[in-house]
Amino acid sequence: MSGAEKKNTRRSTVNRLSAENVTLAYDQRVIAEQLSVEIPDHSFTVVVGPNACGKSTLLRALSRMLKPAEGRVLLDGQAIHSLPAKKVARTLGLLPQSSIAPDGITVGDLVARGRYPHQSLLRQWSSEDERVVRESMARTGVADLAERYVDELSGGQRQRVWIAMALAQETPLLLLDEPTTYLDIQHQIDVLDLCADLHEEQGRTLVAVLHDLNHAARYATHLIALREGRVIAQGAPEDIVTAELVEEVFGLRCQVIDDPETGTPLVVPAARASRAKADVRKAETTKV
Amino acid sequence: MKTNRAVRVPGGLSVRLDVRAFTVVVLLMVLALGASVLLVGTGDFPMSAADVLTTLVGQGSEGQEFIVTELRLPRVLVGLLVGASLGIGGALFQAISRNPLGSPDILGLGQGATAGALTVIVLFSGTANQVALGALAGGLITGTAIYVLAWKRGVHGYRLVLVGIGVSAVVTAVNGYLLTKSDIVDAARAVVWMTGSLDGRDWDQVWPLLALCAVLVPVVLANSRALRMTEMGDDVSAALGVRVERLRLVLMLSAVLLTASATAAAGPVSFVALTAPQLARRLTRSPGPNLIASMWMGAALLVLADFVSQRAFGAEQLPVGVVTGVLGGVYLLWLLVTERRAGRI
Repeated sequence: MSGAEKKNTRRSTVNRLSAENVTLAYDQRVIAEQLSVEIPDHSFTVVVGPNACGKSTLLRALSRMLKPAEGRVLLDGQAIHSLPAKKVARTLGLLPQSSIAPDGITVGDLVARGRYPHQSLLRQWSSEDERVVRESMARTGVADLAERYVDELSGGQRQRVWIAMALAQETPLLLLDEPTTYLDIQHQIDVLDLCADLHEEQGRTLVAVLHDLNHAARYATHLIALREGRVIAQGAPEDIVTAELVEEVFGLRCQVIDDPETGTPLVVPAARASRAKADVRKAETTKV
Repeated sequence: MKTNRAVRVPGGLSVRLDVRAFTVVVLLMVLALGASVLLVGTGDFPMSAADVLTTLVGQGSEGQEFIVTELRLPRVLVGLLVGASLGIGGALFQAISRNPLGSPDILGLGQGATAGALTVIVLFSGTANQVALGALAGGLITGTAIYVLAWKRGVHGYRLVLVGIGVSAVVTAVNGYLLTKSDIVDAARAVVWMTGSLDGRDWDQVWPLLALCAVLVPVVLANSRALRMTEMGDDVSAALGVRVERLRLVLMLSAVLLTASATAAAGPVSFVALTAPQLARRLTRSPGPNLIASMWMGAALLVLADFVSQRAFGAEQLPVGVVTGVLGGVYLLWLLVTERRAGRI
């Protein structure tokens, strides 16, 4: 007990959010075993990996939506599941992959719901709440839409509204599960730019699951590559994204070149013909 | 149209007021209480609204006093309380199941209470109070069964509705069996109970209902902001700090208690729990469970239905359940048709 406490105090001086030897499972289906991950403070961390590698599951565990079968997730040195729900909600926000906008709700009302963890029975709508909601809408560029119904908006606008709601929660840590899915490329970049702004200007710690490796390499300050529930590599994209890593994580032969716009790593999949040749060669060497 | 106003008191107290929803609640209160006064004045000895009010504040003649406080007021109060319980219970069930069809009537709670009442009537030829207890027990057992059967790492909307429909089918079959087993006198009594009636209700029915509402309505309202968050899905609401499963358990238990005891007092009055929340939502035009508006809508619906049935057919002629079915159903259909024309759903 006292040992655990000592450990907690030590951890709280390190990073605010981490997973310690967690085993993640849905019922009997184990997704990851003995997984440990640190989210560096003030980073824009992006988790990448092939489908079903456990990246969304990891995010669910970090945001306490999924309780680990073993091990624990630590927030400020304490097991996240033992902390009061509202207290966690004032520190850590989550934008899940699918969220339902209630019928007939306006943008302003939806964003205002992000203030829930700061409110109580007697303090339901303070002037502070009002100010934060206004600022969140301004930051995400949806202030003009405040009176509109959420159902009427386009996919890109709607995603901005949900991000505004998560911002209104005013959490130093914000977790986003595939925030760019279902958006066209212009709106994907738009959302990622917004995330980068939030990270740079407000010093928030962002953790996002992204599908597009090139987006991840361009925007992340810290990259975590997962495969089959294990961390294959982590670090700055410039340091870890190599052709070998991509092949190991995604099973795809490719070249990694410098992004002509930003200088970050850019993954270019090998042409079909050369991949087929390589596969034949590989098959022959294994036969021998 | 944005109608929210912030109301703040120095010292940190602050609420957000939806002006339209607030107005709707006030109007429904006026409607329910006004109809109650008229209803108290209705019967073999008609009284004017003014007479009723003076009697209620203790200024009436001895005869008026007797008619009002002993004969008619308890019946009207039971009507108000039953309507309010069904309205708020229906709103809770619909919010928890995230489905407008997830009302207690569809989920089999009404049928469960009926099974309890029929068991007492047919097998034991019990008194009215024993029938009420039987109905309450039947409702609670059915509610628990639905919750347990629908639980799979948390209760989810579709499962709840489907399990409820399944339970409802089983219990309806049991009810049919009990009715065919009964003799003609018991069967007639059972059918009247099953239609839902306020006839002959007195203070014995008022007190338990009032006490239950006095405890449960504040509990429910204190959780209403959290319930509103769950409209956005379990993940979003949990991320906002709502303890979703505990909230659902508390609110479902309250809803089962409210609807079961309302059914015990007046029989399974059809359609109020289903229509009141839908009507309330369409009048307030605000998202969220609209608990208070649904509660007053239920009360108004039931008292108005009783008023209509007494005026048109006389006190003992037509059970109130028939009228709520017709009145609430037609009003909802009318609203849906006009909304479709206006392009809203």
